[in-house]
Amino acid sequence: MHVCPNDLMALDKDKMKAYNRAPDMCWECYNCVKMCPNQAIEIRGYADFMPLGGVVQPMRSSDAIMWSVKFRNGELKRFRFKTRTIPEGTAVPDGGFDTGSDDLKSPLLRTEPQSTGMDDLSKL
Amino acid sequence: MTCQNFRDMGITESYETIRVKTDILILGGGMAACGAAYEATHWAKKNNLSVAMVDKASMDRSGAVAMGLSAINMYLGLKDGDNTLSDYVKYVKNDLMGVARDDLVANIGRHVDSSVHLFEKWGLPIWKDEEGKYVHEGRWQIMINGESYKSIVAEAAKKALEELGDKGQYFERVFITNPIMDGDRCTGAVGFSVREKKFYVFEANSVLDVMGGAVHVFKPKSVGEGLGRSWYPPFNSGASTYFTLKSGAEMTCQEVRFVPVRFKDAYGPVGAWFLLFKAKATNSLGEDYMETRKDELQKWLPYGNAKPTPANLRNHLMMLEVNEGKGPIYMRTEEAIQKIVDEAEDEKTAKRTLKKLEAEAWEDFLDMTISQALLWASTNVKPEETPSEIAACEPYFIGSHSGASGAWVSGPEDLAPESYHWGYPNMTTVKGLFAAGDASGASSHKFSSGSFTEGRIAGKGAAAFCVDNPDFTTISNEALEEMKKETFLPMEIFAEHGSYTEDPNVNPNFIKPQMFMFRLQKIMDEYVGGAGSSFRTSKALLDRGMTFLEFMKEDALKLAAEDTHELMRCWENIHRMWQAESHLRTILFREETRWPGYYFRTDFPEMKEDWKCFANCKWNPETKEWEMIKRDIIDLVDPEI
Repeated sequence: MHVCPNDLMALDKDKMKAYNRAPDMCWECYNCVKMCPNQAIEIRGYADFMPLGGVVQPMRSSDAIMWSVKFRNGELKRFRFKTRTIPEGTAVPDGGFDTGSDDLKSPLLRTEPQSTGMDDLSKL
Repeated sequence: MTCQNFRDMGITESYETIRVKTDILILGGGMAACGAAYEATHWAKKNNLSVAMVDKASMDRSGAVAMGLSAINMYLGLKDGDNTLSDYVKYVKNDLMGVARDDLVANIGRHVDSSVHLFEKWGLPIWKDEEGKYVHEGRWQIMINGESYKSIVAEAAKKALEELGDKGQYFERVFITNPIMDGDRCTGAVGFSVREKKFYVFEANSVLDVMGGAVHVFKPKSVGEGLGRSWYPPFNSGASTYFTLKSGAEMTCQEVRFVPVRFKDAYGPVGAWFLLFKAKATNSLGEDYMETRKDELQKWLPYGNAKPTPANLRNHLMMLEVNEGKGPIYMRTEEAIQKIVDEAEDEKTAKRTLKKLEAEAWEDFLDMTISQALLWASTNVKPEETPSEIAACEPYFIGSHSGASGAWVSGPEDLAPESYHWGYPNMTTVKGLFAAGDASGASSHKFSSGSFTEGRIAGKGAAAFCVDNPDFTTISNEALEEMKKETFLPMEIFAEHGSYTEDPNVNPNFIKPQMFMFRLQKIMDEYVGGAGSSFRTSKALLDRGMTFLEFMKEDALKLAAEDTHELMRCWENIHRMWQAESHLRTILFREETRWPGYYFRTDFPEMKEDWKCFANCKWNPETKEWEMIKRDIIDLVDPEI
């Protein structure tokens, strides 16, 4: 419910269930589907141009995502893709790179020039 | 908007006013905002400054990369000598038909590889070949497993803020309505929480406008449930442009909209198909219109000879086909895959290749436009067997892609010619106000990595500004109350008039935000060259459109909101309306057609040498008048094709 970038998921307090309050403003980004701890959300594609029957359902693990794709004709395909190379929460902001200058007026940014892989910034 | 003659402010008063003071205020939560936070915090720590970031959504999945991406479209590979900085500047400028700021493009270009290397360290899976080099989709594009791209970048930005301790703050679900001004200096912003009854006042030494581009200014092609399936996200609603315009900052390239050609209806990306799989697009007769219509490119020289052909010219050739009734236009996915499979040495390799290509093709959509995978499933399409339709989308405002709209910002001291340099890197013409990503103009093709990078540049610039300008005048309580009243006016209007009718959405005393948006979209579509008008317009049509926009500006004072969610929708549409007006005025000002395929001035159908310049505009907060300005294009790189 919390993740929606367009703030569409609202809580029906009588039913104690979340719902999409404006399906026509939904980008179908699937973040609610991906994040729902109970896998309770399914998306039926935009009815004004999608024939019924297709289903695309994700299942996330800590470093990958598995997609089940069901075709209108019943055929099923599964795909698994990597999502990250290090565990969530372990990123180091500077990535092991040093910042070469403390000068606020220098064009060098945080971690540069080391993070560029060169001794200095490229010139025109 | 003003609140004259306003009586009972009960609702407005019920919102608690929260005042926040900081040195560097970052408005936005997307790639550019994360870049700004990452960089600003580093320099803040060294110089004892504070940073606050304000996001209308939630940073893990906010902004244009919310869904994920399947490629990073800006990587120069400078360390390996794959390209030079000049190559990139030349490519960008020619793709935009000669209109770009070389200094800004070069500045992002010299830093962008650093950002990509950081993303890799933070855990983003970048495809590698057998030698360990990044797999390129095209010359400037690299392939990623990008489902979690935004979460990975957000994690680093959040950690950077945490490193500042109490001096690093993050506010989520706060929608920014207006800038706070102290004369010619921007000193903050106001907004409201979309979750709690709170009115926020952020006051700062420097302000970064990184609130994304604009969608739903033009009528989309799908207007039912599919209204939300815009190519760029529907929650990018013109906040950046509104903020800089309202501050009195000079804007550039407001006419340079972007019209992407994408898989029809679900708007799946075409980059991997064109660049990685080398697919061709054909008309219904199987003709490759880039070949059969290549003579048309000669009318748009020198850019017609640029390689690759500029995005708008590729659109233009396709539109000529459609206008002649030669559609549908197809991406020949089946031919492209077959061709790659045919190159395999034996049957076993061919089978394995086919399986790999199939997974790559699906991942391309599943990583960034899941609806397109759903559309394939719903229509029983297998890309290795059946071609898919492609079509032009509606116009968007996105200075980070192949559009160019945004604020006119200062270039860096060591790269910018005198007339492009007036302050700190990426500062607008308003003191203390910085812009990056979709918010800054004339530096196209930044995409995700370049937007993050430009955010970094602006973040450091903002820190430098704070150190040099440590003091600012706090907003008066009186002025603050006025801004609060203005923010909540739509709720007061509903409270006053809502009971007049049975249907809360139909009322002679007010207009609800959804109808307001539909009216704006209809005006833009029919008079300002939307998809429904085949992207054609003229002075007569634009003048007529302006008449209707003037009515809209008056009716904006009668927008009504039942709750905080609808209040956000009201303000989003006010922001869109300003984006629309600056677009209309700049299209009217530029008396030529320079980007056929994006829009056509039917009364000035050709490109003209005397319009090889920037068309800038500015709204004056004192006089409330618009000023149109021509600015020179200065070549730092020989643009010869």
